[in-house]
Amino acid sequence: MAITLSDHAIPRPPLSARLSTPQVWGIVLLAPYLLVFLAFVLYPVGYGLWLARHPQSYVELYHDPIFARAAVNTLIFLVIGINVKMLIALFLSGFFVQQRHWIRWLSVLFILPWAVPSIPTILSVRFMLNPEWGVVNHIIFSLTGDDGPNWLNDPAVALTMAIGVHIWKSLPFWTLILMTGRLAISNDLFEAAAVDGASFWQKFRYITWPSMRTLYVTCTLLSMIWTLGDFNSVYLLTGGGPADLTHVLSTLGIRYLRLDQLNLAMASIVCALPLVLPLVYFMMKRLSR
Amino acid sequence: MKLPTLREIGTEAKLLLIGIPVLIWTLVPIYHMFLFAISPKEDAFSGKLWPDHPTLHNFEIVFRQQHYFLRDFWVQFGNSTVIALATGALTLFIATSAAFSISRLRTPGGRAVMNLALFTYFIPAAFLAVPMYRTMGNYGLLNTHWSLILAMVTIASPYAIWVLKQASDKLPVELDEAATMDGATTLQLFRLVYVPLMMPSLVAVGTYAILLAWNEYLYAFLLLSKDTDITLPVALGNFLAADDSPWELLMTTGFIYALPPAAIYYAFRRYMVGGLTAGAVKS
Repeated sequence: MAITLSDHAIPRPPLSARLSTPQVWGIVLLAPYLLVFLAFVLYPVGYGLWLARHPQSYVELYHDPIFARAAVNTLIFLVIGINVKMLIALFLSGFFVQQRHWIRWLSVLFILPWAVPSIPTILSVRFMLNPEWGVVNHIIFSLTGDDGPNWLNDPAVALTMAIGVHIWKSLPFWTLILMTGRLAISNDLFEAAAVDGASFWQKFRYITWPSMRTLYVTCTLLSMIWTLGDFNSVYLLTGGGPADLTHVLSTLGIRYLRLDQLNLAMASIVCALPLVLPLVYFMMKRLSR
Repeated sequence: MKLPTLREIGTEAKLLLIGIPVLIWTLVPIYHMFLFAISPKEDAFSGKLWPDHPTLHNFEIVFRQQHYFLRDFWVQFGNSTVIALATGALTLFIATSAAFSISRLRTPGGRAVMNLALFTYFIPAAFLAVPMYRTMGNYGLLNTHWSLILAMVTIASPYAIWVLKQASDKLPVELDEAATMDGATTLQLFRLVYVPLMMPSLVAVGTYAILLAWNEYLYAFLLLSKDTDITLPVALGNFLAADDSPWELLMTTGFIYALPPAAIYYAFRRYMVGGLTAGAVKS
């Protein structure tokens, strides 16, 4: 899959006799998608950037303490959350390629968080963590006799829980992708290594990792881009609270939008571009190789 | 039967030591939801692993819409269904014609269009949602089902086109040549040769688009607002607005809402995983 935007632009067809019928059909059949792209991707993006042109919006953002907090939270979410998730996925992909009957069954169940919609399951977690009625504090109380913590009322804990929910939801997908990477490695290499008496760690270090490195880094970058747009994990678990301290840039943008401050919403998104653009740049470089 | 060696038992134990936590981690939120759904109101908060008196009463309340929050349940269920099916159909139409045009007719600039399309995925979803909301307002589509359908088609199409193009590149060129020699027009080629041969991929792509639209929360939450217009996930989110929201009913509705995608996913798992896998190994 190579992404090269420098290809020749969309042709402006002189609908003359020079075009044979298949070529005309080719353009006609491509047109519906082009229309969708122009109307619902290109126009919104351009319009959004145009809305974000006022310097005043950025001054206002700068003075909004929630924005700074959201930016920091987003960084924590990306740098810690995604790397922890990808490391677990790398580890579990090694577990799931083991040839066992029960592991195959487990992998079928393991996909569930990804296959079911996020809202009911995130709300389920939210109820589990409810300080008074939730099952987690119920168990803590019956084990220790103490009241459990007020989970979602502490910004650090609440953000950690939101990261946990994000990992719960998207771990199966990345594990699956990394599994296909592992399965693509020739078994001969491992057999040869076993003959030479290589340890588990050596096999990983000298066979698995070199062949999976590219895929792993690509997945991490892609996951970071997608996680920047992850609204559900934070919004449905904490709602940005307590006291708007657990917002990330995606929920903050929607918050401004709901408050009818569209210019601020777009400005906060433009402020995220320094995060998005390098990721996209690295992604394109990797994919076009 | 050969007795396992000590070493084999050790390996198996280590695997179990990973497998059991993974199983618990995966199932706890889903089981918790299920438990709420089958518990009577008094039992739901007791923290037991299985209710003393499991019941389907909650489902009855939901299906009969016997609660303030559930008064439009069937309408919302219908909205979700209609929007998901329309997204599936429209995505299939748009993506199949685009893939045919790019891969079989080799329309000049086709590859560039596909790469542009894939570029959509480099815009984080929640970031695109903000200007998209305003755009739908400009088009006068806000608070109509079309806004959500078109937004979902926009997001589903690039992946659909890409998967279909990969699949159709594998069909032999001779097929098109033979059909053309026999006097088939381009449209006949598309309808009578291309679409039947692409059926497995079309099923995968259609399913993917339907699931995407059915599961979507953010766009639905932004683009629709009237109680009789919204989809099920938005209705579930609205439960949270009240302090005394009936959890057991919320979880029951959530469970009902989560069942169809899980069922569809498992029914079409072979197709879905196949499509994904092809992509991962190539990149």
